[in-house]
Amino acid sequence: MKTSKDCVNQNYLDFVAEISPKTNEKRSLLRAFWVGGFICSIGQGLRYFFQEVVGLTGDELASYVSIVLIFLGSLLTGLGVYDRIGKYAGGGSIVPITGFANSVVSPAMEFKTEGYIYGTAAKMFTVAGPIIVFGVSASVLVGLIYFVIYRIF
Amino acid sequence: MERTIYFKNSPKIIGVCSIGGPKECAGTLGDKIEIKLNDDTFGEKTFEQAESKMLYAVIKNAIKNADKTEKDIDCIIAGDLLNQIISATFAARNFSSGYLGAYNACATFTESMLLGGALIDGGYLNNVVCATSSHFSSAERQYRYPLELGSTRPPQAQWTVTGAGATVLSKSGGGVKITGGTIGKVVDFGVTDVNNMGAAMAPAAADTLYTHFKNTGTSPNDYDIIVTGDLGALGSRLVKDILWEKGYDMNKNHVDCGELIYNVAEKEYQGGSGAGCSSLVFCSYFYEKLLKKEYKKMLFMATGALLSSVSSGQGESIPAIAHAVVIES
Repeated sequence: MKTSKDCVNQNYLDFVAEISPKTNEKRSLLRAFWVGGFICSIGQGLRYFFQEVVGLTGDELASYVSIVLIFLGSLLTGLGVYDRIGKYAGGGSIVPITGFANSVVSPAMEFKTEGYIYGTAAKMFTVAGPIIVFGVSASVLVGLIYFVIYRIF
Repeated sequence: MERTIYFKNSPKIIGVCSIGGPKECAGTLGDKIEIKLNDDTFGEKTFEQAESKMLYAVIKNAIKNADKTEKDIDCIIAGDLLNQIISATFAARNFSSGYLGAYNACATFTESMLLGGALIDGGYLNNVVCATSSHFSSAERQYRYPLELGSTRPPQAQWTVTGAGATVLSKSGGGVKITGGTIGKVVDFGVTDVNNMGAAMAPAAADTLYTHFKNTGTSPNDYDIIVTGDLGALGSRLVKDILWEKGYDMNKNHVDCGELIYNVAEKEYQGGSGAGCSSLVFCSYFYEKLLKKEYKKMLFMATGALLSSVSSGQGESIPAIAHAVVIES
């Protein structure tokens, strides 16, 4: 039986690659830069606010900033605004923590029609799942390297 | 291998109905669409129910437009893009007619017309309804990401049409008739990019057109218009290029439903796609043109990419198919 590999017509694929419209990289980078930078500036602003006005420090300060940003990301997702920001900014709104909130809330909303247990709860991490898995794995790896280096020196 | 069929009694298309979502109604064919929706949920709780209701509405109205009653319809041949073609099945649940579920992705519309035409031409049935639908929001969740996820689309992507169309084929009546067609074969050139359906479907489309021209001894100029389903701008160009190499020039009279349906504002992308794309455009725009005899002979070919989210997840390439019917008035 034929496999997908046997079907490959390299001449055709090369031609398709040649005439397919390309993503406008300069435009995408510029948009991602200013929107991503803007979100991070809001985060920094919140940090100053909690530090100077509320008087928080250390881990507590960082947690409060994250909580507020996650809330904002979720709220904008629920209001149907975040997908429009994402369409415009691409990576600029995916990479910050608000993008993570968006990737959890959007499937939770989408699959509500299949029930709260098998829909919302079960499918909540379909998009964010891989990020969590690789994020945790990477942190373990970095922790091990740090541990080893710390022991040697 | 004889893939081209010639109908002896030429089944007639005696009634059609089309329905479109808000985006489609704002497009170039907006005023031709019979039922215009302001709300893409169609008053239902889920997008799947909405899609099913659209299909139900077009089947019901097409029967009415054909001056028939539900009792006259022997069989409904319908399909859509959702898993286990639930939209079609749930729509057919409302009718007492027989039901044949059909699936060839976005090529389902012409597939069902070929099947319905053959059943009528052979004298087995008198009246058959052929219908297909698709819905942007139900397709997105099955094939891509949740609606509210902030992601970008690559420029070669297409937009699934929210819409449906139904035709009533009959042994006798009206002036528009199906005189034949060519059954497509599954063609795969190894395209794996799920965002580039046009490139995946173009080889299958070119194969069916080439086979049809060769078997019937016709050339593109023998048709007033050659209409493809949802190749989009890029796919259309590829088909014309492949056929040009084989000695057929259809630059003058080729049109693609996907390219036609939205305004130029969408030019960032390649146009519409989906099982409802070809049926919506045929039932709203081309049927009227045929009735008025502005087009006397039309080659109508819907194209489908036969992938699933499982097959693409497992790294398989995208097989595609295209079925052509000749419609004359």
